[in-house]
Amino acid sequence: MRLIVPLQSVVQGRGGLIFGSLIPCALFYFLQLYLKRHRSPKPQSNPPSPTTSSPKLAEMTRTSSRSNLFSRSIGQVRISSRAISIAKPNESPYYIGLDKASEDPYDRLSNPDGVIQLGLSENRLCFDLIEKWMSENLGHSITGRDNGELNINGIATYQPFDGTMELKLAMAGFMSHIMGGAVTFEPSQMVLTAGATPAIETLCFCLADQGNAFLVPTPYYPGFDRDVKFRTGVELIPVHCRSTDNFALSITALDQAFNQTRKHGTKIRGILLSNPANPVGNLLSREMLYAILDFAREKNIHVISDEIFAGSMYGNEEFVSMAEVLDSEGFDKNRVHIVYGLSKDLSLPGFRVGVIYSFNENVLAAARKLTRFSSVSAPTQRLLVSMLSDARFIEEYIKTNKRRLQNMHALFVAGLKGLNIRCADSSAGLYCWADMSKLISSYSEKGELELWDKLLNVGKINVTPGSACHCIEPGWFRCCFTTLAEEDIPVVLERIRKAVENTTDLLNSS
Amino acid sequence: MAIEIEQPRVGLSKVAVSKTHGEDSPYFAGWKAYDENPYHETSNQSGVIQMGLAENQVSFDLLEKYLEEHSEASSWGKGAPGFRENALFQDYHGLKSFRQAMASFMEQIRGGRAKFDPDRIVLTAGATAANELLTFILADPGDALLIPTPYYPGFDRDLRWRTGVNIVPIHCDSSNNFQITPEAMEAAYQSAESMNLKVRGILITNPSNPLGATIQRSALEQILDFAVNKNIHLVSDEIYSGSTFSSSEFISIAEILETRGYKDAERVHIVYSLSKDLGLPGFRVGTIYSYNDQVVTTARRMSSFTLISSQTQHLLACMLSNKEFSENYIKTNRERLSKRYDMIIKGLKKAGIECLKGNAGLFCWMNLSPLLEKPTRESELALWKVILNEVKLNISPGSSCHCSEPGWFRVCFANMSEQTLEIALERIRKFMEQRKRN
Repeated sequence: MRLIVPLQSVVQGRGGLIFGSLIPCALFYFLQLYLKRHRSPKPQSNPPSPTTSSPKLAEMTRTSSRSNLFSRSIGQVRISSRAISIAKPNESPYYIGLDKASEDPYDRLSNPDGVIQLGLSENRLCFDLIEKWMSENLGHSITGRDNGELNINGIATYQPFDGTMELKLAMAGFMSHIMGGAVTFEPSQMVLTAGATPAIETLCFCLADQGNAFLVPTPYYPGFDRDVKFRTGVELIPVHCRSTDNFALSITALDQAFNQTRKHGTKIRGILLSNPANPVGNLLSREMLYAILDFAREKNIHVISDEIFAGSMYGNEEFVSMAEVLDSEGFDKNRVHIVYGLSKDLSLPGFRVGVIYSFNENVLAAARKLTRFSSVSAPTQRLLVSMLSDARFIEEYIKTNKRRLQNMHALFVAGLKGLNIRCADSSAGLYCWADMSKLISSYSEKGELELWDKLLNVGKINVTPGSACHCIEPGWFRCCFTTLAEEDIPVVLERIRKAVENTTDLLNSS
Repeated sequence: MAIEIEQPRVGLSKVAVSKTHGEDSPYFAGWKAYDENPYHETSNQSGVIQMGLAENQVSFDLLEKYLEEHSEASSWGKGAPGFRENALFQDYHGLKSFRQAMASFMEQIRGGRAKFDPDRIVLTAGATAANELLTFILADPGDALLIPTPYYPGFDRDLRWRTGVNIVPIHCDSSNNFQITPEAMEAAYQSAESMNLKVRGILITNPSNPLGATIQRSALEQILDFAVNKNIHLVSDEIYSGSTFSSSEFISIAEILETRGYKDAERVHIVYSLSKDLGLPGFRVGTIYSYNDQVVTTARRMSSFTLISSQTQHLLACMLSNKEFSENYIKTNRERLSKRYDMIIKGLKKAGIECLKGNAGLFCWMNLSPLLEKPTRESELALWKVILNEVKLNISPGSSCHCSEPGWFRVCFANMSEQTLEIALERIRKFMEQRKRN
């Protein structure tokens, strides 16, 4: 009321101008004084802590540290457009599920109500073998005693960025061994990287420009979206595979996708394959490999074959590497690049060891120079040379790993079958591709994600929904079984049963 | 006769065929000459002595002693109980124990004058990756970073190659010992604007490579003010912070922020690594320390492409959290580097060569401009070739560091034994004598 009156006077022109301006100014002045007195104290001389406790799930709207309240800078300092899209909270169920499982991990004894992790393709089945090897051999492997003298010089100083020749030799031997000895790998055609993740990214940087694209069969490993697209600006064009033929790749589909994309003005630079496939776990037959190479030659594009699960076979089918096919026929080798790593077959994801294997000298030359951004750590190189050169250990490991994989796979798939959940035919990998389409409320991505959510939050198991893998048919889920012990399987099955209790089809035989 | 149909060659990307990797520059050409004819104390005494590689070999014995006495660092203990978790650990947050050890090590290097929060540390496989990663985050393709000259030749590749970002130099010269001035920064900014390049940040190396000198407090204040004024980022590559000859002479940007109550901190990012101070470039250990939450989160996600081996993180966490070891190492390393520096400066002075007054790093900044026929880049390169091919020393010409004044050379002194350094100095002395006679 008191404020309105002077303004009224202003309007009515009766000396109100003074009041009209004086009183609001006075009020404003007193407001400032009040705020100044009650302002919070200046921050201590401690560096600002990150504003969120769990930055992985950070809400990115509040980005300033406390001290920004007092900053007089005109605008907030800007980050790049690339970074802005990466900074957004990750909405993919693939990552959300992984986070939830790691925050409340299941432990048979200490946390039996925790989330059982079936969304991370990690192989824990043979750690006892590796641990045994470590305790028997480790003392000498890292620091490399020469004649009893500790010598750090060999691993401390700058190493070739693309890996030591010793490790390349050892890796070549290992890769050949796990692929059944059917192919020989040349160390000079190898570039070692800090994991398969940078191997894929490096190849994309070498083979495609920003705005170009790779064809990729679906369903595919969710990580490819990051590895291929994050920093390179290269696109992924899905080539859909269907359950009617067990998600096999067809050249017709490849061709269609190629032509469609070209019509839209995007240049396709290559095909990105996983063989053995992730998440389905099937293999590319020899004939299909020939057909793919023919297609690539016809379109003059590259082929990247990610063979990281080559040593994780449990089926009776024979794994055929792209390298093996190239060896035998007169294909143009310059367009073929193989990716490998020790994260799956040797269960050492933390050690960061990946391989780019190429037949193209120019790609090798460029990739070698790029490894300065992602090299394998020297002590790890030395440790692995020692381990991989231990022929007896490797032989035992490969045999035992295969046996245990076969066992877990059989038990798990049979268990799911008991719940009327069928799995796609597969021969390799650390997971199975389960068809839960009968359990979803609506045959759609929405229905699938509802089931995923139920499984995660009610059933307390984390599995990867097909939509995160760009599967065109809803209802499929990737379930990794190599993080489990045999005793855990009934627990998992019981939880699935409980989570979908209301769904009618479960337990009824089809 | 059959008609040969030429198969179209399958194409590569622009990144793959570009020359931005810079490996055709003299900086790297000298290394080739060394690779082909490397000096060896006994078996090849007439070979090329490598003085172009900034590697620290003076304190290996301290590292070896630690590893000898602490086998648990390299083995996860008897029966390897922690091994399983370690081998599986590929979380881009990095081992907490390692981040804590790095934060505490960085604090020790700065004499406790700045504090570091382990949750702001992002790990990368080397500082090379850290610098590239920051560039991806702070700038878009076509944008520009301002960098004072002379600068580390590797920046041309690391900051520009895959990122598509440009470098605009801030010219510094010997008139004021190559210090960075507000006028020079403004001139660079204007230069970028005139080329239609958006400036996104300024990147300084402190202590400087190749100058071998720390940046003074007043200059750091001016640089931060400049960044605030233009609303751009400030990246401080402090990779040589532990290689200052005296603890008190290095002032980190973190200290400046501390005295300002962390006002304007969200634009500041520090790069660090163990490649120089700890002499472990083969381990591939780098860090980004950022006061900006968004940058920390984004950098962490991007670090998936350049993670540090968990085995290495474990080993270094043990080593660096051992206060007795780290304090002794920092102190001893400083003393030995200082001694080496004195040795090379004295030796060069005896030969009649002056250097910029330095107080840090693994190299000195040598002035050979009196020897140039003409004050041009060509003359400098001609002199460099003579030193490489006749004196058989690989040193780095200032032009490869974008120095605007010809005649300066960076000479590394910590990557060899004292005996080898003596021999190198002897060769220089002989060369200078010969020159005088002619």
